[in-house]
Amino acid sequence: MSDTVTKKFMLYFPKCECEKPIIYHFVKDFNLIVNVYRARVTPEEEGYLVLDMTGKPSDIERALAFVRTFNVVVNATGRGVTWSADRCTHCGHCITHCPPRALNFKDRRNREVCFNEEKCIECLACIRVCPFGACASAF
Amino acid sequence: MKSYAEINRKIESGKAVVLTADEIMDYVDRKGLEAAAREVDVVTTATFGPMCSSGCFLNFGHSTPRIRITEAWIEDVLVYSGVAAVDVFLGATQLRHGDPANMYYPGEFRYGGGHVIEDLVAGKTLQLFALSYGTDEYPRREMRTYFTINDLNQAIMTNPRNCYQNYNVAINNSDRRLHTYMGELEPNRRNANYCSAGQLSPLLNDPCYETIGVGTSVWLAGARGLVYSEGTQHSGAVERTDMGVPTGGAGTLALTGDMKKMKSKYVRGASFRGYGVSLSLGVGIPIPVLNKDILQRTCVRDRDIFAPVVDYSHDYPENTGRVIAKVNYEQLRSGEITIEGKKVPVSSLSSYHMALEVANLLADELRRGEFLLSEPVRRLPLDSKMKPMRMAEKPK
Repeated sequence: MSDTVTKKFMLYFPKCECEKPIIYHFVKDFNLIVNVYRARVTPEEEGYLVLDMTGKPSDIERALAFVRTFNVVVNATGRGVTWSADRCTHCGHCITHCPPRALNFKDRRNREVCFNEEKCIECLACIRVCPFGACASAF
Repeated sequence: MKSYAEINRKIESGKAVVLTADEIMDYVDRKGLEAAAREVDVVTTATFGPMCSSGCFLNFGHSTPRIRITEAWIEDVLVYSGVAAVDVFLGATQLRHGDPANMYYPGEFRYGGGHVIEDLVAGKTLQLFALSYGTDEYPRREMRTYFTINDLNQAIMTNPRNCYQNYNVAINNSDRRLHTYMGELEPNRRNANYCSAGQLSPLLNDPCYETIGVGTSVWLAGARGLVYSEGTQHSGAVERTDMGVPTGGAGTLALTGDMKKMKSKYVRGASFRGYGVSLSLGVGIPIPVLNKDILQRTCVRDRDIFAPVVDYSHDYPENTGRVIAKVNYEQLRSGEITIEGKKVPVSSLSSYHMALEVANLLADELRRGEFLLSEPVRRLPLDSKMKPMRMAEKPK
């Protein structure tokens, strides 16, 4: 498994594309290990799915090509949770509430808060606790 | 050793030596107290945190025909209009009309007085809706109009209580999650929150109010502000360390300043889930190094400042006065404290990062000769104590 990679994606499902068992196909057809962080996929509505895929880069590419065939939008950069540097006042209240410490001080002395998207597991605790609305969810 | 006038002359000539309260301790350790007291003219202190006891007076100018406002809302947030015809007071914690508050607990409180104040300073267009009963000289009975801060005659921030000298560390002894003005508190002491700039905080650097008093010029969110009184709940007669530093809430300041000159980055509406709305504010206060004793007190370090750990599930709401433990700000800032043998993660509601930024901005203004010190006209009381409310069943 040394040639495998793990990548995080947010998939956007336009209306009516959610009856397909996508995760099943990821695992069965493309040999991927899937870790779903968050999903909201409801019939007759648009839906979102944020997940990690672990597998060969070529298999991940094939899986993404597969979902694109039915108009799913694959977003590899914009994640489900965003943090606004302008809204943040760097109080650090979010830090103890963030289990993976994706939100943390850049350096402890000047206590500037930064957000490491790669570490975020989308638990949404930051959205609940931030008094300034610095964190937001795409869905 | 130095007078206010001497220091102001140095500031005006652009030669004042200014350090922040974050830098001064190492400087004094290096140079020695006597030498540092001769060299350094001003130490800047600052804080940035939620300060509920904030608000502002606004004057709209007179409409044609005139109105004597009796009820008014800005962006659906009620303002107090029991003053002159077109004057209103907008309070930071006022909720927006129709906010369900905690009816669906915990309420989100997304917009209220603090946010209106932020939007005003940011220059946004806001809606005023006002009612009146109509009089001979003020016949208009209703109005709806849109305005920005530039349309107002005055927008004067008037904060009855800011810059609390030290504060509680909040913890939750119960088995359910609490939503407080001290942030979210997990059950069974799974986290703790504090709210002070510690070694950078104005009144912790002048613990006995030797230079900060009524009349002191302050940096209030970028504007030239003023201490106009002791703050509400000011309590000078409290337990103090040998250095004079209070070991719990003590002195407070009432501040005022022109909102038209403020920067919105330092005036921020805050929503505390389950509690309500507040306003976070950046305040910087210069401390003149009049003598070596004043300088020594600005050298206070986080490890010398102790704060009381208070249970917000029972002791705070029931006002029992019980303190679980005292911890210092060095421990708090490390991100973890130990309470009765248990390690508890800690975070802050006060931003040290923004406070540092404010202290440096003020220091730069002093170095450039743009900010002059003012000598207080009256000292803040050291002998007053905060009284609890007397619950009387009958009139006295």
